[in-house]
Amino acid sequence: MLKHLLGGVAAALIATSAYAEDFKPAVIFDMGGKFDKSFNEGVWNGVKKFMDETGAEVMEFEVTNETQREQAMRRMVRKGATVVLGVGFAQADAIDKVAEANPDVDFAIIDVSWLDRPNLRQYAFKEHEGSYLVGVAAALKSETGKVGFIGGMDIPLIRKFACGYVQGVKDTVEDATVLQNMTGTTPSAWNDPTKGAELAQSQIDRGADVVYHAAGGTGLGVIRAMADAEKLAIGVDSNQNGLAPGNVLTSMVKRVDVAAYDTLKSAKDGKFEPGVNILGLAEDGVDWAVDKNNEDLLTDEIRKAVAAARKAIIAGDVKVHNYEDTSDCPH
Amino acid sequence: MTRLPAWADYVLIPLLNLALALGVAGLVVLAIGENPLHAMRVMIEGAFVYEGALGYTLYYTTNFIFTGLAVAVAFHARLFNIGGEGQAYLGGLGALLVCLALDSWMPGPLLIPLAIAGAAAFGALWALIPALLQAYRGSHIVITTIMFNFIGAGLMVAVLAGPLMRSGQSNPESREVAEAARLPFIHDILNAMGFDIASSPLNLAFPIALLACFGVWVLIWRTRWGYALRAMGQSEPAAVYAGIPVARMIVAAMAISGALAGLMAINTLLGAQGKVVLNFPSGFGFTGIAVALMGRGHPVGIVLAAFLFGALFQGGTELDFEFTTITREMVLLIQGLIILFSGALALMFVPWISRLLGREGGA
Repeated sequence: MLKHLLGGVAAALIATSAYAEDFKPAVIFDMGGKFDKSFNEGVWNGVKKFMDETGAEVMEFEVTNETQREQAMRRMVRKGATVVLGVGFAQADAIDKVAEANPDVDFAIIDVSWLDRPNLRQYAFKEHEGSYLVGVAAALKSETGKVGFIGGMDIPLIRKFACGYVQGVKDTVEDATVLQNMTGTTPSAWNDPTKGAELAQSQIDRGADVVYHAAGGTGLGVIRAMADAEKLAIGVDSNQNGLAPGNVLTSMVKRVDVAAYDTLKSAKDGKFEPGVNILGLAEDGVDWAVDKNNEDLLTDEIRKAVAAARKAIIAGDVKVHNYEDTSDCPH
Repeated sequence: MTRLPAWADYVLIPLLNLALALGVAGLVVLAIGENPLHAMRVMIEGAFVYEGALGYTLYYTTNFIFTGLAVAVAFHARLFNIGGEGQAYLGGLGALLVCLALDSWMPGPLLIPLAIAGAAAFGALWALIPALLQAYRGSHIVITTIMFNFIGAGLMVAVLAGPLMRSGQSNPESREVAEAARLPFIHDILNAMGFDIASSPLNLAFPIALLACFGVWVLIWRTRWGYALRAMGQSEPAAVYAGIPVARMIVAAMAISGALAGLMAINTLLGAQGKVVLNFPSGFGFTGIAVALMGRGHPVGIVLAAFLFGALFQGGTELDFEFTTITREMVLLIQGLIILFSGALALMFVPWISRLLGREGGA
């Protein structure tokens, strides 16, 4: 404990002495809030890791309506921020405008890849590739031949998760059935564990024994319901294997924490680079999670199949369909 | 019931309630280890003093005026319109469709009024169905308007993530409307006149909101129709006896209410954002209920209450910026306390004040 504390203090001292003058990072979390157990929280974990390691202080804000996105970014710049990290595609337009108006400040945004500013760094993830992997695992693990998917709010990004997952399932077990439900059409769909549990229960009743969720806080209800029924859930964004050890087959992790950490770290070291970073399996941007909570659930067959699928995707032998390319899922 | 002089009823009591709410909020701030006076100063400066702060406050005020008026008009007929959120959302669709269809060639002076009419029409339409169900089938308006919020949200997701989604990006939102369709920003107007004003989202929707207030005042208090509406709100059986066509009045009142809520969309679509984004009403429709209650259903009261909520909203944002310990949930708590003390507990001080003023009532 003491050692830890001293380490922190030392890091803080180094940080303040070297960078206090010219490094002031800021993070703008989106509507979900930084403790959404999912996407925003993933970013927060990266930010926290950065703060713990360097002792630097990061300004932060959680928006509650669409006007505040741009307002918050301008406010951070006015407070002297040298690097501003936006979280989520909803902030794309705001960061585009503010980055144009403030060419001396560095900007970065996660889940966006279509902007073009010389001082803007963008991160996007190939969620469909990670979803494909967990689809392979789900198909092999299922005894009923029926697996489920539960999305949060019905938006194209979530259909992208669903589509990759379905492809992974069907490529593995051709006649498997995938049951799909979206939780809702308002942002509350991200935070409705009760409804998540109901949907999971209804999919269990229809025969599903492995259910993948991409539903933020709603997914906690999905995992709970699957665990209560002694079935299997698949987590998303962060490693959720530990939420119900033995009942979470795996998690599709999306390394937004790494994106956040790398952004802040490179800015602090003076090595910030603009550009578009699209992170898929090859770049370790998405993956399936294996740890002590789920290693007993994963048979050799599953491990081999997933490893083979990963290799094939990276090599380009398997093309996972990206819903956002066509606004349509062929599977 | 004790009666107070008007100045006490309309000025003293609301101020006392506000002071009490702020006092309790201050205690909460104290409890989490911050200085409440400092927090208060940050809030006030954040709402009025900082560069562009007043503009933001008035921008939010505009939203609250529209949704507050919407609730108030229905309330005069004893109809509780909880559907402002959905009506505003659909209003955005109405104005957007007008813009998408016409903004490639139509000049602003023609297009903007049409878009405004589109917002009002779609808002009215969205209130009309619950109104018809209430008037002719007796389905309770509270239930149906709430449910229409969800139907509206579902419809808007389908539209914004489907046919109207801007291509080349993954955010469910419409394309930006042409410059001609945009309401000018107040700071642009004032800068052109030689004043140096910081930029803010405040736009011409604000004076339009004030005009709407005047319109509602005329309608409710200076027309026969308004008199009939208020009579119906006081007592429906009496209204029927007096020959007022109650069902038709319900439909008309709700349509006007929905139209006013729908107009909130122009503040965002034609003003600040220039496009419809997912979930843009973000709770302003619901807060309109509190604004209408606090403003006692009168346009002047609604403007004042909307201004208070606008200031709280903008000042609260600033609190969130300034203190790491004060989160947005804290800001919500403070707003909730104000609603509690000036809405639910509004009459708490009345007996005490009337005794103080030496006007003991018959009770």
